[in-house]
Amino acid sequence: MKVCDLVDKLDLKVFCGQQGINRLVDGAYVSDLLSDVMGNVDENNVWITLQTHKNIVAIASLKEVAAIILVKGHEPEQAALEQSNTEGIPILGTKLETFEIAGRLYALLNES
Amino acid sequence: MKNYRVDLHIHTVLSPCASLHMSPDVIIQRALEQKLDIIGIADHNSTKQCEVISEMGKEVGLTVLCGAEINTKEEVHCLTFFGNMDKLKEFQRYLDVHLPVVKNKPDLFGDQVWVDKENNILGEEQRLLIVGLDVSIDEVSEKVAELEGLFIPAHVDKPSNSIISQLGFLPDYLTVSGVELSANVNIGEFESKHPWIKDSTKLVNSDAHMPEQIGSSYTVMQLQEPTFDEVKMALKNETGRHVIRLSIKGESFDSWIIKS
Repeated sequence: MKVCDLVDKLDLKVFCGQQGINRLVDGAYVSDLLSDVMGNVDENNVWITLQTHKNIVAIASLKEVAAIILVKGHEPEQAALEQSNTEGIPILGTKLETFEIAGRLYALLNES
Repeated sequence: MKNYRVDLHIHTVLSPCASLHMSPDVIIQRALEQKLDIIGIADHNSTKQCEVISEMGKEVGLTVLCGAEINTKEEVHCLTFFGNMDKLKEFQRYLDVHLPVVKNKPDLFGDQVWVDKENNILGEEQRLLIVGLDVSIDEVSEKVAELEGLFIPAHVDKPSNSIISQLGFLPDYLTVSGVELSANVNIGEFESKHPWIKDSTKLVNSDAHMPEQIGSSYTVMQLQEPTFDEVKMALKNETGRHVIRLSIKGESFDSWIIKS
């Protein structure tokens, strides 16, 4: 599955990092502690969080995360948005809460 | 130039998590007993107990830096201090605007009162002070810079509420006056894991929530005189002012070793 498929099927907003929209996705990780993400997220994972700071893009880049999904209507800070465009890592958004979006994503990844 | 003992992280009765024994008179007395020259008052998200302690400090020759330990949107704790009462009050107005309204339940979190010199209650903060502000660490640091204050990410090695736990690392564009290590830090291990810290001035404070903790860990600075401006210069390593050593729970670390 690709990032763009998730955008379609989960009705996600694409804030930035459009050029990474065809990246492959083979799993997901949920955490708001960036120290934890740094240690535990796998490459090609989608990362679900409510953090909007620029550092999320640095960590996503370091760990080769496929895309970041911001929950509950959160939007990336300006510096994060610019960095996402530079790195080509999409930041996506949903109005849903973490529990719900994670559940839907889990179901979607398991059926594919 | 002289060496001064500095402990810039002391909570008072105003912090819900601090003991009600942390009254101005007790803090001053304990600081003097511990031979501290400069203390910093840093309650969670509030500066309201600072002025009384600062005035009492003046009477006995103890320098008191006034500020707060703010909690950012990302839940990163940072120490902030200001050079005069006008700037402190402006920062308090900023905190009042950006502290979300979550009512404190004293039974659960603790009391949030501030007191006068005789320990009469002057006021009680209704909003829970330990919640995160609605502004990011970048925004708060800009506000502090505008007010020419000190901005010091607190206990950066802690597994919670630290810049490392919440944001992974200190972003290179963020201007900080220094970084505070907790008293539980293993400096060598920490530096090899987080090499960025070598470029920052390091401090250690007590993070005292109870009187007996005051001065249990502290920083020694070489200064001309014990003032806010001199501390600011020492953190920038300017004109001979600098951090000489860290005293962590009785063990001494020279700053040249820490810098290596």
